[in-house]
Amino acid sequence: MNNPQLNKNGELQHLLSTEGLPARILLDILDRAAGFVGGVDSNEIKKVPLLQGKSVFNIFFENSTRTRTTFEIAAKRLSADVVNLNIGSSSTSKGETLLDTVDNLCAMHADMFIVRHSQSGAAHLIARHVAPNIHVINAGDGRHAHPTQALLDMYTIRHYKREFHNLRVAIVGDVLHSRVARSQIHALTTLGVPEVRVIAPKTLLPTDVEKLGVHVYHDMAQGLKDVDVVMMLRLQNERMQGALLPSAQEFFKYYGLTQDKLAQARPDAIVMHPGPMNRGVEIDSSVADGSHSVILPQVTFGIAVRMAVMSLLAER
Amino acid sequence: MNIQIKNGRLVDPKNGIDAQQDLFIASGRVVAVGSAPAGFVADNVIDAAGLVVMPGLIDLSARLREPGYEYKATLESEMEAAVAGGITSLACPPDTDPPLDEPGLVEMLKHRARQLNQAHLYPVGALTHGLKGIELTEMAELTDAGCVAFSQADAPLIDTRVLMRSMQYAATFGYSVWLRAQDSFLAKDGVAHDGEVATRLGLPSIPVCAETIALSTMLQLARETGARLHICRISSAEGVAMVRAAKQQGLSLTCDVSMNHTHLSEMDIGFFDSNCHLVPPLRSLRDREALRAGLLDGTIDAMCSNHSPVDDDAKQLPFAEAEVGATGAELLLPLVLKWAEQAKLPLVEALAKVSSQPARILGLDAGHLAVGVAADVCLFDPECYWKVEPAALKSQGKNTPFLGMELRGKVRYTLVNGQVVYQSA
Repeated sequence: MNNPQLNKNGELQHLLSTEGLPARILLDILDRAAGFVGGVDSNEIKKVPLLQGKSVFNIFFENSTRTRTTFEIAAKRLSADVVNLNIGSSSTSKGETLLDTVDNLCAMHADMFIVRHSQSGAAHLIARHVAPNIHVINAGDGRHAHPTQALLDMYTIRHYKREFHNLRVAIVGDVLHSRVARSQIHALTTLGVPEVRVIAPKTLLPTDVEKLGVHVYHDMAQGLKDVDVVMMLRLQNERMQGALLPSAQEFFKYYGLTQDKLAQARPDAIVMHPGPMNRGVEIDSSVADGSHSVILPQVTFGIAVRMAVMSLLAER
Repeated sequence: MNIQIKNGRLVDPKNGIDAQQDLFIASGRVVAVGSAPAGFVADNVIDAAGLVVMPGLIDLSARLREPGYEYKATLESEMEAAVAGGITSLACPPDTDPPLDEPGLVEMLKHRARQLNQAHLYPVGALTHGLKGIELTEMAELTDAGCVAFSQADAPLIDTRVLMRSMQYAATFGYSVWLRAQDSFLAKDGVAHDGEVATRLGLPSIPVCAETIALSTMLQLARETGARLHICRISSAEGVAMVRAAKQQGLSLTCDVSMNHTHLSEMDIGFFDSNCHLVPPLRSLRDREALRAGLLDGTIDAMCSNHSPVDDDAKQLPFAEAEVGATGAELLLPLVLKWAEQAKLPLVEALAKVSSQPARILGLDAGHLAVGVAADVCLFDPECYWKVEPAALKSQGKNTPFLGMELRGKVRYTLVNGQVVYQSA
């Protein structure tokens, strides 16, 4: 089966998932992103004319202020024209289908779509549908993938740890519903991280998750033992309703990241979170704001990584 | 009209025939096999050299989408598809709009089908009013109107007391109850098999225990009530094992599988191919192998197309939102042949799964070609390869996971009651 993300020369045509992308493409994106971040000690990001005259459409069928904003900033730093559309879930109830919406925007001469949708596979559907000169970046589809988040996480890890091949990484929390976790797992294993762990109660882990190449832990103390990187996941409040968890309090007690639990990790471990955080649910404030946390640098690197992806696609 | 079908390879599973024999038809019935009866003069001689001559296929599940869903397909289009696929009898599930829960609806459907004069139509009536799983339908009245069995189709029947009573009531009159085993709580919101693929793609999933828990309830209630139970669209290895064990214990039940599940697995979803959004979900390769083994050892009695045409717009959506179903009437024969070839099974045994066996389940004297039976016949070229593409399909639905594939076996003639209703070059 052809990988729908690559063109026939094996180059990136769309960014839909980190799964199935060769390490050279992931590393190319990280290297490019590094070029957009200022000097070694400066996190300032420069404005460049790489996307001058191009139109980037942010189409968000699911609300997200933060991700949309970082894509918007990234596109503007590349000198693109940016159009933001918050379509929400109401457009389908008005009778317009997803692909009708896309066709209309194509007729407005879009060059690139940044798509977020509540359904897994929505970005694939759009990528299959558009003309070959249009590029699609998946900004999160259902539980499936959130590749730019995973790439900015990889950037952050490389920034602090330099190498991937000697790391132990733990992903903690609601893996079942998390597109971030899936994209992180594929990126980490592709980049050669020898040990990726997931830590969660059984109700928040998908079936056969080990087949993605991870080790499963249900106990935080064991799972965090000697890890170099802790990647926390956001816990949605509605998880309390579907009989997945008894309460946020109990979850925090057993799976929330506290200083105590973090003490199991290596002394130089870094703590990451894709945001927005639920303090006191999946992470304690003292950890989120503590010396191991790299949560705010993640956000800054996110802009550079999204610039790298857009500029790479614009060259095709 | 007298018809002689000559020089063909006659394959009649029920009567154990696989030989070059001519077939003689008069007044819509088979009048002789082998040599012509005295004084027989053929008005029409069909040269079947190189063709297999078999009883018309009997499909246990074909949705014709009438009444209510005419934008997806019509009786005209789907009956045409059926005979183009060599199907001469088909059972249609009750999940139309409105559902087949009123004798008037069933009579109207039967009447429309008779007017079209193509395949025989055998409606399966709704087990509960509106398929809501609360009140029983007038099963005796519906039977008088032409229903051959009663079913919930894919609608849930959550209340086990209603399920038990519906089976008791059906058993009173000896009616068959056709059920698909799926626990609706465990299957809630699920769109794919609970396994590796759903995990990778982030699709809400349906575990195997959704099938086995419901199946266990159904088997228990069949024992309790004595109802004639037919299990529709079995999908898992564990489910097959339970049906096998129940049959060994002497419970009289029958079981079918869809052709899609005989050939495909969760892997075929690939990158969210919505043509693979099916009910029940395509399960693992291990499950598929167990379904094939079940077909082979007789645990699974019949293979059906589960023909469900869907309009393009309803499939051009993200996987979970895309409507379920696949067109299939025209693929049933080639997919039985493909299974037979892969399982190294003699044609006469394989074709039983789409002729004599479904006839037995329906209680029909059909699906075979003995003297005296209605001349429902399919003639096909077993060596002809054809490509599954929209233009090649008569069905209004062009949605199938087999799009783009080359399949072997092409229907040349279909006869219903001794009349040629389909012929291709």
